[in-house]
Amino acid sequence: MQLWLIPVLPLAGFLINGLFGRRFSKGAVNAVAIGSVALSFAWVLKTILALSPLAGAYSEHYFTWIRSGIVNIGCDLAVDRLTIVMLLVVTGVGAVIHVYSIGYMAHEGGYYRFFAFLNLFMFFMLVLVLASNYLVMFVGWEGVGLCSYLLIGFYFDKKFATDAGNKAFIVNRIGDFGFSLAMFYMVKNFGSLDFATVFKQAPGAPEATLTIIGLLLMLGACGKSAQLPLYVWLPDAMAGPTPVSALIHAATMVTAGVYMTARSWAIYAHAPAAAETVAIIGIATAFFAATIGLAQNDIKKVFAYSTVSQLGYMFLGVGCGAFSAGIYHLVTHAFFKALLFLGAGSVIHALSGEQDLRNMGGLRKKTPWTFWTMMCAAVAIAGVPPFAGFFSKDAILLAAHHYAPWMYWLGTITAGMTAFYVFRAMFLAFFGEYRGHEHPHESPPVMLVPLAVLALLSIGGGFALNVPEFLGTAGGEEDRALMAISTAAGVMGIALAWLMYVAKPGMADSFAASMRGLYTLVYNKYFVDEIYGAAVVNPLVGGSRAVLWKGVDVGLIDGAANGVGARARNIGSVLRLMQSGNIRSYATWVLFGSVVLIVALGIAGGLR
Amino acid sequence: MTEVPISWFLTLSAVLFVLGVAGFVFRRSVVTVFMSIELMLNAVNLSFVTFSYQLQQVNGHLFAFFVMVVAAAEAAVGLAIILTVFKNRATLNIDDVDSMKN
Amino acid sequence: MDVILFLIFAMIAVVCAINVVVQTHPISSAISLVGVMGSLAVLYLLLGAEFIAAAQVIVYAGAIMVLFVFVIMLLNAGAESKHGRSLVAQLLGAPLLVALLGLLAYFVERLYPRGVSVRFGGFTHGTPLDIGRALFTTYLLPFEATSILILIAIVGAIVLAWKEID
Repeated sequence: MQLWLIPVLPLAGFLINGLFGRRFSKGAVNAVAIGSVALSFAWVLKTILALSPLAGAYSEHYFTWIRSGIVNIGCDLAVDRLTIVMLLVVTGVGAVIHVYSIGYMAHEGGYYRFFAFLNLFMFFMLVLVLASNYLVMFVGWEGVGLCSYLLIGFYFDKKFATDAGNKAFIVNRIGDFGFSLAMFYMVKNFGSLDFATVFKQAPGAPEATLTIIGLLLMLGACGKSAQLPLYVWLPDAMAGPTPVSALIHAATMVTAGVYMTARSWAIYAHAPAAAETVAIIGIATAFFAATIGLAQNDIKKVFAYSTVSQLGYMFLGVGCGAFSAGIYHLVTHAFFKALLFLGAGSVIHALSGEQDLRNMGGLRKKTPWTFWTMMCAAVAIAGVPPFAGFFSKDAILLAAHHYAPWMYWLGTITAGMTAFYVFRAMFLAFFGEYRGHEHPHESPPVMLVPLAVLALLSIGGGFALNVPEFLGTAGGEEDRALMAISTAAGVMGIALAWLMYVAKPGMADSFAASMRGLYTLVYNKYFVDEIYGAAVVNPLVGGSRAVLWKGVDVGLIDGAANGVGARARNIGSVLRLMQSGNIRSYATWVLFGSVVLIVALGIAGGLR
Repeated sequence: MTEVPISWFLTLSAVLFVLGVAGFVFRRSVVTVFMSIELMLNAVNLSFVTFSYQLQQVNGHLFAFFVMVVAAAEAAVGLAIILTVFKNRATLNIDDVDSMKN
Repeated sequence: MDVILFLIFAMIAVVCAINVVVQTHPISSAISLVGVMGSLAVLYLLLGAEFIAAAQVIVYAGAIMVLFVFVIMLLNAGAESKHGRSLVAQLLGAPLLVALLGLLAYFVERLYPRGVSVRFGGFTHGTPLDIGRALFTTYLLPFEATSILILIAIVGAIVLAWKEID
């Protein structure tokens, strides 16, 4: 089946564009980049057709990577139904975003570099998804982190962009530490990192072991998928170009954590404490991020916090045991969140770089295509039936209610807030009068067609793609009452946004003024970055500077090295005095040495 | 008793040797120092012959013989060196021959 | 009889050795050294080392010491001058010498408390015949090597003292 072609085609695109792209024309760069992803997508379709109906897993083993002691890790790729879902999302949405980028990045420098990095990212993401053991997945995991860093810091001459790239990579590393520990623990307990082997042994393993592994894996997922407490890098990652935000920080990379958790459900199914932790982190993040999103003024930041919040939903689903619901939401979220980001990119492009919602308005008439496609995404994310988000979100909320009713209620409130802030952004941007100074113009077709494609998927993706059924865990009772309550919450959110931003425009500001303290807290994202800085970063930097640098490096190590030289010099200057040139003193020293020798020989010979 | 304990010979050898070292360490004239060296060699010869008697073998005599040969050669060359040093430095005081100082 | 011989000649040897070290004029030291060698030759005879005793008198006392006396004459060496000193030798010399003597004596006593006793005639294999036999069989290589050594010494001595002839 040549599964390796799926990731290697984008890798080839990266190599060609990376090495030679500087000399290519824009058209050539486009052809290589889009072509490689499109070919990969075609190969995915071919694989699906060839393997259907796929019941178990189909794997291909290429070569043994590490063989040492009890550990035997091969470079294996495997495909099962979950993989197919992820492959379609990654290559499909990836291809669409690649096409969009042609238009968005047309006037930016480093054109070939952008597409090279994008292709590299596709390679790593596909490796992550196709992996059939944890170590190959970790390769992909780290690789997408690297590409995220490269792409966030794409405008490398802007310090806030490079800082954001550093932050993303470093916070991810904390998560990767958890992932690595989980892998070590798995090797120690199961003797292997292969999915098949580990999941077969999981039901028999002691619960404490599985709980530890589950919690450590969750730590990794928190880093990669921006959950509490490691979410702080995602809003800053908006410093990268908008297609990057759409592809990496909405549709694919951040969902790697959800995918990994869903893939490991055999572990979580037998470690209820870990699963509960996943669910609690998920719902807490969803609620927390939604509150922050209510007050943000940068359109990309609103959607960034929305992403964090929706990822929380996905983890909630997986933690409650309905991992297929989590994956379902992953798929639909890819559609409408990518669309929201691409649409925001279109708006920013229309306004020549303006990102502040307070300087937008009335764009409904100036950029109609953008408006209508974004509206599709907005109603989808708000959970309005029969759009895509409704089905997936309801699946999760139903599972949550079954697991722990308080999670359902919190989730519903969060759904209401989601609808509110998304529509707040929509109304502020597209309705009312234009408050800025630019000349808004519609985007070129190469950017609009991808928007349209994603809009269709947002509208119809819900009932056309019944992911839980595909993954074999369909069913679960349909509680009409609960569905009605969550839908009502969404509609109320939309209505409240309409009220505050379209019907009575001044209401929002007066509301904020009356709750000054709370508003400031939320607007400054609860000062989490500042708290982290003061509690973690500054002590570490200060400690490094004072203790490790000045104390250890300069004092101990340099001191030891220089000290050795100084001591040698001192000893030498003392020994020098022996060389007096006087023969008699030499003779005396010889006599001294011989006496010592005689004593030593006598003692050694046993005479006392 | 008509027999001499062997330890007496060895003690005599030790005494002669120490006297030779004393001459080497405390005398300033280079010729006297050389003679002290010859004294040391003689003391060692006595001890070789004594051990040869104790072991009832002739090997010790051979060692003493070779020591004598080497001492002769060394005396010849050493005295030649003393002559040269005297010619260059006009002194027979070894404390004055200290150009290797520091 | 052997004891008395030993004591007399040991006494002579020690007195002459002390004289070697103590005298200021080198010629006096040389004569004393001859005395040491002579008494040592007698002691060798007591130990049955006939050949070595003869060699001692002929080579050592007869050749080497004569060489010493000639060089003292040549150098016109006088009484030793008193300038120059070595702090180390003055401080450490005496204690170390005492320590050395003490150690050697102590070890000798411990190793040979009641060992073999020497009497004249107790060792009969010190004849030239035995020496020769050992010299030309077991010790052939050292013998040849020392002959080369002597050659080198001759050449070296001549080279070093060459300018004297001019």
